[in-house]
Amino acid sequence: MREKLAPVWLLAKRELLDQFRDWRILFPLAILTLLFPPLMYSVAGSAVDFANKYGGEMILDRLVPFSILIIGFFPVTVSLVVALESFVGEKERGTIEPLLGTPFLDWQLYLGKLLVGIFFPLVASYLSIALYLFMVSKQDLSLPSANLMAELLMLTAAHALLMVSGAIAISTQSTSVRAANLLASFIVMPVAILIQGESVLIFWGNDYLLWLALSAVLILAALLIRVGIAHFQREYLLGREIDSFNLKWMGRTFRDAFVGETHSLIQWYQIQVGATFRKLKMPLLLIIILTVFGGVAAFKLTSATIPSEVGEYSSDEIDERLGDLKLAAGLPDESMEITFGFIFSHNIQAVLIMLLLGLISFGILGGLAYIVNIGVLGGLMAALQAYGLPAGMMFLTGILPHGIFEIPALMLAGTGVLYFGAVMVTPNPTKTVGEIFIYALADWFKIGIGIILPFLFIAALIEVYITPILLSRVIQ
Amino acid sequence: MIQTENLSKRFNDFLAVDDVQLDVESGQILALLGQNGAGKTTTIRMLTGLLRPTRGWARVAGHDVVKEPNRVRASVGVLAEQHGLYTRMTAVEYLDFFGRVYRLDAEARKKRSEHLLEYFGLADVAKRRIGEYSKGMKQKLALARTLIHEPPVLLLDEPTSAMDPESARLVRDEIANLRSSQRAIVICTHNLVEAEMLADQIAIIYHGKILIKGKLEELKERVLGTTEYEVIFSTPYDCAKLKIPIGIEIVAKEATKLRFRSANPIEMNPLLLKELSARQAPILTLQEASRTLEDVYLKAMTEANGGIIQ
Repeated sequence: MREKLAPVWLLAKRELLDQFRDWRILFPLAILTLLFPPLMYSVAGSAVDFANKYGGEMILDRLVPFSILIIGFFPVTVSLVVALESFVGEKERGTIEPLLGTPFLDWQLYLGKLLVGIFFPLVASYLSIALYLFMVSKQDLSLPSANLMAELLMLTAAHALLMVSGAIAISTQSTSVRAANLLASFIVMPVAILIQGESVLIFWGNDYLLWLALSAVLILAALLIRVGIAHFQREYLLGREIDSFNLKWMGRTFRDAFVGETHSLIQWYQIQVGATFRKLKMPLLLIIILTVFGGVAAFKLTSATIPSEVGEYSSDEIDERLGDLKLAAGLPDESMEITFGFIFSHNIQAVLIMLLLGLISFGILGGLAYIVNIGVLGGLMAALQAYGLPAGMMFLTGILPHGIFEIPALMLAGTGVLYFGAVMVTPNPTKTVGEIFIYALADWFKIGIGIILPFLFIAALIEVYITPILLSRVIQ
Repeated sequence: MIQTENLSKRFNDFLAVDDVQLDVESGQILALLGQNGAGKTTTIRMLTGLLRPTRGWARVAGHDVVKEPNRVRASVGVLAEQHGLYTRMTAVEYLDFFGRVYRLDAEARKKRSEHLLEYFGLADVAKRRIGEYSKGMKQKLALARTLIHEPPVLLLDEPTSAMDPESARLVRDEIANLRSSQRAIVICTHNLVEAEMLADQIAIIYHGKILIKGKLEELKERVLGTTEYEVIFSTPYDCAKLKIPIGIEIVAKEATKLRFRSANPIEMNPLLLKELSARQAPILTLQEASRTLEDVYLKAMTEANGGIIQ
């Protein structure tokens, strides 16, 4: 392994030497490292004075970790610049061909560039944090706990890793530094939202959730690295000269993938839907496991956490709480009639949201959205039982009739999303990333239109016209 | 050492290289000639394992370019169209880096670097940043990089471009030396004189297809026809009254020059000379007419516009 990693370090060392000689990288890095700690220190000092006047001690405890998060983040932003131009910059300077012509393996080139992107900015971030902590220790402010400090330092590294892995993936797929810079907003905006979310967690003081957030960032970074390496093609870097948004080509490719050589609906079901369905075996198995696990876990968790006195609630109180839940879930209140159109469109929305979440997270968030749906079902059963209602019977009459179609439809939507993620992170040297994306999307839509849509249609009909009758009989 | 069969590369709707067949043995130099965009660089990139052939196959130094691209890259020295040097490094650092890439030990790296820098006249500036070098110096350093690991196969794209005549001569000599050390070399060049001086085989590529390929003499024969001879007169002479021996075909008559083809030069040329002497023609010389690679190239290109020469 050490021998295999030696080229990674060799490449990184050469580029670090290059960076060390480039004032355009060193100067902003030095400014960001040295300027922000005193600035944040001064801001924190002013905040202390202000908050002390109004008894805001609780916020102040969290101001220092928040400052550490921000101070650590500023130098890390330089990593984005370095990583964005890692491959495409070399292409523009004409140095990429000799490098690609060496016996370095693809992943060695990729990891070498990753290391280069992270190293200096991260060192600068940690220096900056150390400087700030030194300043804070001289003032009457409490330092974060060791646990929180570890979280913050790891978060800083995770941010660098996330941004660099995303930026390098962009750099390998761009034809110019300009194009890469334009695409950088796809990294900057999510990371900005991420930092805001983490800031909320810091002020909230929920260390456990912060660890989860850190894990999520690391998983996403690992996936981005995996995707980057999977779709790293020397040919792509050398072969393409211009970026073009070719809608005609995209449409044609999607049509070819979606319809193929089929000429009738029956043929399409037999060949296209059938072939796609066969590809979903593994993710379907995973979804079945997640369904059982998620449903049971939600049932147990809800049963364990629901207040024991809930069984003593009056029917008015139950109605009031159910109303709150409906409002939170976006369901219509009693004054609105639940129609077929509402149910059908609501379910389609849910499926499309799963798809959209899956598209931006290599299937993970889409899968999570599916588990949440199943979790709601498990939780509902637990709640019904806690309220003293016949949960089993209500499931059989209130959920199962339409659920026979609706649950498999949701399962297939989740399966399709997981399959999409798996395809995106799997190397395929015969296709470009764009082609892989379009083909995977077409596969989802084959299942979506061929199976999920008819199932949801039937489920909505049953839910509107049959389920209420069955349910009312049980309740009576 | 280099073998290809039906090697083709398509970029979407554009067929960049079409059914290229090459066979370059150890100790041979192949010059790949063609217009800009003819497919020379794409062919070189496929031979380096940088581009995946759409059809056909290629083996370089015994390795398949698709199945073993890294072994191919380890066995090849590539000089690309752009020198691609890291301008913030010194020449010593640069060659040392590539020496490490090719896993040379410290002693070999030092020895090879010093030799190459000395050979290409870069020893005095070896510790200066490459960014300060002239174009020619950069080209020489790039060539030194391709030789650092002494590869059995060299793929050189315009090796002497941007060089002054002395440096170009130096590089040509080095390439000739490398041939004698049993390497297979492919040169892409627009410099036809250079190709003529160095190449054992010449291939002219046109719109991705090999138009014509072979040894220079064979190409001359195939493209320009049989050898032509010319008699140069010291003063203007009217050849109208000459009795031309059977087997001699007059190609051109000028005031001081008579150009002809001979079915059997050993027997026919003395007969023509005898006739000219008998008529007291002011003969200055009788020689084989000069036919350069440029003549071959231009004729081939002109004919290619009307159809591929087989």
